[in-house]
Amino acid sequence: MLDKLTLVKKSKKPGAVAFLLMITILLFVVMYSIGMIVFVNKGFAKPQMFMNLFISNAGLIVISCGLTIVMITGGIDISVGSVTALVCMVAADLMEHKGMSVYMALLSALLIGLAFGVVQGFLISYLDIQPFIVTLAGLFFGRGMTAVVSTQMIAVKNAEFLQWANAKINLPIGYTKKNGTFIPSYIYPTVVVALIIVILITIMLQRCNFGRELYAIGGNQQSALMMGLNVRRVKMKAYVLDGLLAGLGGFLFCLNSCAGFVEQAKGLEMDAISAAVIGGTLLSGGVGTVVGTLFGVLIKGTIASLITTQGTLSSWWVRIVLSALLCFFIVLQAIIAGVGGKKLKK
Amino acid sequence: MSEADNKQRQVQRMSDSLLLSMRGISKTFPGVRALSNVDFSLRTGEIHALMGENGAGKSTLIKVLTGVYELESGEIRMDGIDHPIVNRSPQEAQANGISTVYQEVNLCPNLTVAENLFIGRQPKKYGFIDWKTINRKSAEILKSLDINVEPGKLLGECSLAIQQMIAIARAVDMQCRVLILDEPTSSLDEEEVEKLFDLMRKLRSEGVGIIFVTHFLDQVYEVCDRITVLRNGELVGEYQTESLPRVQLVAKMLGKEFDDLAEIKSERKNSAIPAEPVIEAEGLTHAGTIKPFNLTINKGEVIGLTGLLGSGRSELVRTIYGADRPTGGTLKVNGKTVNITKPLDAMKNGMAYLPEDRKKDGVISDLSVRENIILALQAKRGMFHLMSRKEMDEAADRFIDLLDIKTPDREKPVGSLSGGNQQKVILGRWLLTNPDYLILDEPTRGIDIGTKTEIQKLVLQMADEGKAITFISSEIDEMLRTCSHIAVLRDGKMVGELTGEELTQAHIMQTIAGNQTGGTGGADA
Amino acid sequence: MNAKTKFDWGKLVHWRFFMPIVCLFLVLLVNVIQTPDFFVISINNGVLYGYLIDIINRASELVILAVGMTLVTAASGGQDISVGAVMAVAAGICCQILSGGAVSTNTLMAPMAIAILAALAASVLCGAFNGFLVSVLGIQPMVATLILFTAGRGIAQLVTKGQITYVRVDSYRVMGGYIGACPVPTPVFFAIGVVLVVNLVLNKTALGLYIESVGVNGSASRLVGLNSTHIKFLTYVIMGLLSGVAGIVASSRIYSADANNIGLNLEMDAILAVALGGNNLGGGRFNLMGSVIGAYTIQALTTTLYAMKVSADQLPVYKAIVVIIIVVIQSPVFQKKFRSMRHGKAVTVNAG
Repeated sequence: MLDKLTLVKKSKKPGAVAFLLMITILLFVVMYSIGMIVFVNKGFAKPQMFMNLFISNAGLIVISCGLTIVMITGGIDISVGSVTALVCMVAADLMEHKGMSVYMALLSALLIGLAFGVVQGFLISYLDIQPFIVTLAGLFFGRGMTAVVSTQMIAVKNAEFLQWANAKINLPIGYTKKNGTFIPSYIYPTVVVALIIVILITIMLQRCNFGRELYAIGGNQQSALMMGLNVRRVKMKAYVLDGLLAGLGGFLFCLNSCAGFVEQAKGLEMDAISAAVIGGTLLSGGVGTVVGTLFGVLIKGTIASLITTQGTLSSWWVRIVLSALLCFFIVLQAIIAGVGGKKLKK
Repeated sequence: MSEADNKQRQVQRMSDSLLLSMRGISKTFPGVRALSNVDFSLRTGEIHALMGENGAGKSTLIKVLTGVYELESGEIRMDGIDHPIVNRSPQEAQANGISTVYQEVNLCPNLTVAENLFIGRQPKKYGFIDWKTINRKSAEILKSLDINVEPGKLLGECSLAIQQMIAIARAVDMQCRVLILDEPTSSLDEEEVEKLFDLMRKLRSEGVGIIFVTHFLDQVYEVCDRITVLRNGELVGEYQTESLPRVQLVAKMLGKEFDDLAEIKSERKNSAIPAEPVIEAEGLTHAGTIKPFNLTINKGEVIGLTGLLGSGRSELVRTIYGADRPTGGTLKVNGKTVNITKPLDAMKNGMAYLPEDRKKDGVISDLSVRENIILALQAKRGMFHLMSRKEMDEAADRFIDLLDIKTPDREKPVGSLSGGNQQKVILGRWLLTNPDYLILDEPTRGIDIGTKTEIQKLVLQMADEGKAITFISSEIDEMLRTCSHIAVLRDGKMVGELTGEELTQAHIMQTIAGNQTGGTGGADA
Repeated sequence: MNAKTKFDWGKLVHWRFFMPIVCLFLVLLVNVIQTPDFFVISINNGVLYGYLIDIINRASELVILAVGMTLVTAASGGQDISVGAVMAVAAGICCQILSGGAVSTNTLMAPMAIAILAALAASVLCGAFNGFLVSVLGIQPMVATLILFTAGRGIAQLVTKGQITYVRVDSYRVMGGYIGACPVPTPVFFAIGVVLVVNLVLNKTALGLYIESVGVNGSASRLVGLNSTHIKFLTYVIMGLLSGVAGIVASSRIYSADANNIGLNLEMDAILAVALGGNNLGGGRFNLMGSVIGAYTIQALTTTLYAMKVSADQLPVYKAIVVIIIVVIQSPVFQKKFRSMRHGKAVTVNAG
């Protein structure tokens, strides 16, 4: 009987969750500070370096937000990397080979994301198939479809698209050169979009029924059902939103890479999951914030910057370090859940 | 109570308005008729106990009422609705004013108390959730029901009793008129139960009709106005609480007179097995659940362990068996000190453990009867000494025959058998290992009365064969029939060992309850 | 419809090899229609030659993986998606040791046995890592193995220093080619060997029973003296070892270690083979031979798709669709609907 009770409560220790988020923010500050001290000569201390974290990861931020939503319900989506590749490829193909406008490309990106969200969401929420299997199939399907569109790399040369991609937005911060000229830091519109998404989803999670229902389902699906929530529909909506955000994120990714190719964004699902987990989202569901996820993405970006700035390490190290970090946080979650369970037993 | 008195009360009750009436409810599952033509009525402002043994149809009736199961035949009417209602889901039932609170609280541990009260119906301001109102209203609700908890506290951090009360508060605030409490007290301590009862009485006075499902007789007599008894899916009857003595209630639930059950004990042969200790525990303890205890169990002896739920009965035997690793003390088996850290160690020392939760810890439902029976022996022998198919078949057939397990053949998945037969399979599993010491934790729970008696007889028979046995049951008369010796636990501590003359219902109850009267002592029975 | 044929139908449908064999039959049928000489086997240059031989040969790595995947699925109720990456790691280590760290070699720089043992040891280590996360820390198998799924190829790249390591030595090509004058390709022997050894282990020890027991009910298994942690861990170690074997065979075929492409997308095929073999992806009871038949079916499907001019990059599209179809058919919701449909039909027949 006692076991049954602890089972219900296990792994949902809220105090520990705030603790995880604190670790994340601290980790980011420490890592970035180390970078500033060690690589001060390589420009790590410049404000622009910080902005670059956002610029190169705008797409990932949006995608990770979507993933955070499904992870809060206790689900997962590992198809996002492939969706990104497919979106980039289709967008590039439409603009370069079919002569369509950048608006059509954006629309198609959103439609692709929506399609993935609807199909995967239906299979997961209405047919009760494990999200992992469904989205693994999605992962392979998306990657394969990318190759069906084109096996060659397509570089985007559409003028309007490049204009979107390169519209610098100068910021009032920056640094002053020795000769006195002020060099402002800049960001791209993609960063603005990503940050707006973070804000909107934060509001949605905190102040809208749908947001709270996501937490309720992740906390205890059976309870949510008994409390009168339409669990299937909420889950469905979560995957649809996740798909849409993957589509949008994919398009932002494309604005950053200006190309579509089969191998693009490979392993991006891992980056996104890592970002969410490092940002304090529990794999068991019910807990997580997109602000935490944002910090998760920034940590991933910092690791990448550190490794590229260092210069001699191969880019493979980024993924290996990130995997190690993910592993560390997963273990931490498992331990905290274990300790929480034991405490309750007493 | 005089006849006239009774009549008067009845008349008075009849004048109370009928809140809910279920007529001619039947429900069949493949191969089983779970309910046949059952009537049930609930009046405004009453607490109505729904009683019956496991398998009597209580939960089926509740599930039909709340829309978990489809209504097959019969009619459900609610006061104020002039047509029969059909609930297709718990949500529809809720909309009709019928709410259920289960033993396992159906709330979200990761949300705050306030949010749990309001999820799915949050007040809005400018289209967004109005947290201020939620917290304020929650505070009001909690206060009105005398529930002492901060609305902003996370539910997972509240005690189980509070969680249960919050679930009730949610139901009440959603305008429920019929509140179903399904075994709400199973995991609560006495004080918490008392609080829950206060809340129930309060709701009764406000006109809510409460259906109370429980297996604690004391509690029924403490709060309930009326009792409906079911047995084997049929209605036995509806009674006023005060006009139905306990013994009769039990008899109605069991469908037997007490004398039938009492027979068993007399069957016990006075065997002359020398007092050889099989298990000697000295200061054995499991930090957090069990305080150090001493216990000696001799050959051929059946020792009962009793105490309220959560008193540590199961935890104590789990510690002996190594299912929970002991954190102190010594254990001797057949005179030798042993170090038991995991179940396999215990098994190798001749122990066997039939766990309390058959579904979760006992049967391996997808495996066949044969595999379930041989599993423990196989595990004892080790991975590299696979039993031959012939040996397995023989073992399985032997116990199917010996224990009269009702299964079409030994290759049927054990999950497809009835509860009683599943329990027999597990018993067979352990008997096959030929243990010296057998721990039986609630072996008769949820089992039909026939099998129950069979198992009790078997226990005595095994003791006669010289096995040492520990028998745990929440039914005291069952223990009185089988045990020669009863140890009582309270809050993880062994508080008494009773033998011989002391083995009476009253004495045991008193030991369980503890010496609460203070200086006057426990001798006043 | 008379009652007798109906009864036989039901029994046949519930036969545990029904689904894998029907699928295999369908794929083969499509092939025969497409290429009439599908079943023709000839001898060219002293070796067997033909579509069928090609399928059986190419399926070898998949069969080896499917065997391990079946055990992992049964014990832990989840799948190991790092198998392809572990193959790449094993291949990388094997080739790097043989080439003595060079990009290409024409002579063996180290004894083959040492290289193979080192590669297998590394893959066992990978399996142990996955097993630790799943069995000791209780992390969902797919999340746990996701770590090596992405990091594994990175590690393989590091081992091979980001290049394709070639071992241009005939003796290294035996494992993926032919032994002496034997007309049957060596990988086939590896596959048969693995299936035989694992079957032998399952028949001579209680491992199979233990795995099923733990997969169905871990808590009850613990109380009858089984150590579910050890058993789950063991299945992941076996999976690691088998991935290593598959990796070496795959590497020997192309006498090189290509960190990016060895075992690419094979995790999907292996999961597909397990599902196709009639195994429940949620764990418990398993059917090893079903998975083996499933693996050959998948390879036949792959060959068919190639014959239909589908490129390697595009293959996953079709396989993803097949996976979804299988899991939808297996899903309880679908089965319930299907059964009630059949039931409904039966009722109307009776009524009529």
